[in-house]
Amino acid sequence: MTMPTYVGMPSFPDAARRAVADPRLRANLARATTTIRGRRADAVAELEDWPALREAGRQIKDHVLENLGHYLRLLEEKVAGAGGTVHWARDAAEANRIVADLVKATGESEVVKVKSMATQEIGLNEFLAGEGITAHETDLAELIVQLGDDRPSHILVPAIHRNRSDIRDIFLRAMDDAPEGLTDSPAALAEAARRHLRAKFLSAKVAVSGVNFAVADTGTLVVLESEGNGRMCLTLPETLISVMGVEKIVPTWRDLEVFLQLLPRSSTAERMNPYTSAWTGVHPGDGPRDFHLVLLDNGRTATLADEVGRQALRCIRCSACLNVCPVYQRAGGHAYGSPYPGPIGAILSPQIRGIGSDVDASLPYASSLCGACFDACPVAIDIPEVLVHLRARAVEKGPRHPLERVAMAAAGWTLRSPTRLALAQRGASASRRLVGRGGRIRRLPGPLSAWTETRDAPVPPPESFRAWWARTNGGEGE
Amino acid sequence: MSAREEILRRIERVTPTRPAAEVAASYGRIDRAYRRRHHDGDVLDLFAERVADYRATVRRVAPSGVAGAVAECLAARPGSYGVPSDLPPEWVAGAGAPLVRDPSVAALDGLAGAVTGCAAAIAETGTIILDHGPAQGPRALSLVPDHHLIIVRAEQVAPDVPDALERLDPLRPLTFVSGPSATSDIELSRVEGVHGPRTLDVLVVA
Amino acid sequence: MRVALFLTCVNDTLYPGTGRAVVRLLRRLGHDVEFPSGQTCCGQMHLNTGYRRQALPLVKGFAETFGPYDAIVTPSASCGAMVRDWHPRLAPRAAGVASRVYELTEFLVDVLGVTDVGASFPHRVTYHPTCHSLRMLRVGDRPLRLLREVRGIDLVELPDAAECCGFGGTFALKNPEVSAAMCADKVTAVRETRAGALCAADNSCLMHIGGALTRTRAGVRTVHLAEILASTEEDPL
Repeated sequence: MTMPTYVGMPSFPDAARRAVADPRLRANLARATTTIRGRRADAVAELEDWPALREAGRQIKDHVLENLGHYLRLLEEKVAGAGGTVHWARDAAEANRIVADLVKATGESEVVKVKSMATQEIGLNEFLAGEGITAHETDLAELIVQLGDDRPSHILVPAIHRNRSDIRDIFLRAMDDAPEGLTDSPAALAEAARRHLRAKFLSAKVAVSGVNFAVADTGTLVVLESEGNGRMCLTLPETLISVMGVEKIVPTWRDLEVFLQLLPRSSTAERMNPYTSAWTGVHPGDGPRDFHLVLLDNGRTATLADEVGRQALRCIRCSACLNVCPVYQRAGGHAYGSPYPGPIGAILSPQIRGIGSDVDASLPYASSLCGACFDACPVAIDIPEVLVHLRARAVEKGPRHPLERVAMAAAGWTLRSPTRLALAQRGASASRRLVGRGGRIRRLPGPLSAWTETRDAPVPPPESFRAWWARTNGGEGE
Repeated sequence: MSAREEILRRIERVTPTRPAAEVAASYGRIDRAYRRRHHDGDVLDLFAERVADYRATVRRVAPSGVAGAVAECLAARPGSYGVPSDLPPEWVAGAGAPLVRDPSVAALDGLAGAVTGCAAAIAETGTIILDHGPAQGPRALSLVPDHHLIIVRAEQVAPDVPDALERLDPLRPLTFVSGPSATSDIELSRVEGVHGPRTLDVLVVA
Repeated sequence: MRVALFLTCVNDTLYPGTGRAVVRLLRRLGHDVEFPSGQTCCGQMHLNTGYRRQALPLVKGFAETFGPYDAIVTPSASCGAMVRDWHPRLAPRAAGVASRVYELTEFLVDVLGVTDVGASFPHRVTYHPTCHSLRMLRVGDRPLRLLREVRGIDLVELPDAAECCGFGGTFALKNPEVSAAMCADKVTAVRETRAGALCAADNSCLMHIGGALTRTRAGVRTVHLAEILASTEEDPL
């Protein structure tokens, strides 16, 4: 269970500290997320039955998770029956090996890729490079990330941390055929990408894709995209290799009537994304002659075993939770140390990777629990609930924080008894003349200094409410 | 143990597989309180409005006016046009532009555009769906050239997503087209025109 | 109807004025209110920091203390949400008590059926709807309906009101830079309103924003909603 690219990442607070200090990054993120937030709200408000669609989406996904073995077998049978070959991969290493061997069997040393979270997760491009195979990302944002020797920071728009002039600079530096005098107008940048990739599309023999939905009872695979690079990759090469997490299944073709409404509006705030492709195995005379489907576990079955945490597997990768998250907006995607950033990443990464590392143990805490993510989620993943659930696991199994443990135990001991609480309150009140100069506390000791770096702390009152109530007999004596 | 067996065993441990009839019964209990359609009234007006929202051009024409409208669309972007050989000939009678029937994939990049029919359309979302059957050609035909002219017959327009999906055969290759190629990858603002056709013209025959 | 005040440990210790305001307000509306002295804390800090086991005795203690009451009123949406949403999940037997917990504005609007509580507060005020009041308890516009009836109040809208202030309990200590960045934006929004007072239904969020307001000498004070509703012409805050 690995995501090789991200080994050795700093914990979330350390990475976020650097991001918060970068005004340009914060401006780029704020501009992009504020734009999409308003548009998503409008796109969702347009459908009066959104809550019913959301509930149906949740139930369909839960039904699949409850019957995953049944549906995986059915999908396998249907894909094979339509001329595809199905492979199973326990983890990232196994999936990478399968894909590399399939590419080598074609005799090719280059592949074109359509944006896929699953292949980001397993670090496929890096693995292929080690095997002498060059993977060309064809999604505009992925191309920007790849040419900039960068890491993705958003599920839908991996280069969201870059603004238009950053992108122009990257193109001029790293794109061998970038036009001279390239401007930073989005249309010009898109045109440059079109020219750069066209020859690759027309000559590519092998493509690698992800999968948005796999219809179990027909074996149909579905990919949603915007630019047309997906259609190019799914149509023009002779060999197509698609990698999908085992949870991407929907039972029937009809179920897409729910998800084709939920996903585009949540994701790009469109009534429908420009292009959706669906294919079933191999279609003689149209598209690839050889189709392989790689079914990836990589921690998903472990996630399934957690009754609270498994709801993360409903995720359809729309990224609405990122766009509404105030923490993501300030910390940026890289701080999450995973291809899955934002609120969904904070519950998905520690589950599929395990909670052993500093970054994974810190991710469940990368939230103020404001709940905006839950409201935005089109399949009603209660992200705050899972965060709280995973925090308990981080305390049990993650790196130790002895000071915090002692403080929590002491607070627990005090709060278990009203008498002890009253005593502590008297102590606090007694300290007010010492600590509160000018009615404010400007500096607290130890870990509490994190608060007073930027905020005053409240000065305790002369008496607690409890003391007042007792003294005045419930206010009668006033 | 093979990866397949091991993954299925891991799943079985958590959620044991139930008999198919039980799975089907549980599937049948999924609450589908959502609507089958969001708009009553004229779906063609809605369709035209929604297609235009994507910055595609859309025109309603009478059956007798198709050829003339096609000729105008092609004249606006001169060059050779690819067409499937089973495209109704009356649609391109007098098209003006040179037509290449069933062009090879290698020839596609040299074409100005492609003219096709479709399998269905969705009014609510302004989507046109090709199943690459009659009058549509293979997927590459309407992908590689920079201009795609689609002719939609009025009865092909479904009011909303659920009805449209019912009309389709999932075992066919399917392409859903909603406006010209676009991207939101630069500052999350939509820009038309990346790898797919940058110009989308739609004629609704009614 | 036996009504209990669940004040919360934070208010009890640091903001007794809010408790006195609730008592005064409810008595003015003709309802007596008791303060069960066995109450301490709902366990939210422990649960939300991952110390679930430490939270459990507090959950059980809450159910025992408040078991005898018909309605339990709290001037904290966050602690109210902890009890109503989480206590039943942590201890199924706590469900009955939890269902009788009302955040103050819910109690006023839904149980007592009032929006005009006879309050007077002739000041320019802006209202911050806290995350847990908005997205957990879903109190909706109840606080605003109450505020609009207050005599003399100049209620101004807070830009991006629904955005989190960055408090999040121990989040403010574990991720201080992100928390401070969120708070700074909230402070900017508050200052833009030119209000003299920032009001909310939760003192923990007010403590956070207020700490930054005084640190930046913004000249805006923080007031709990209950204190505005308790304030009258005869006996102003």
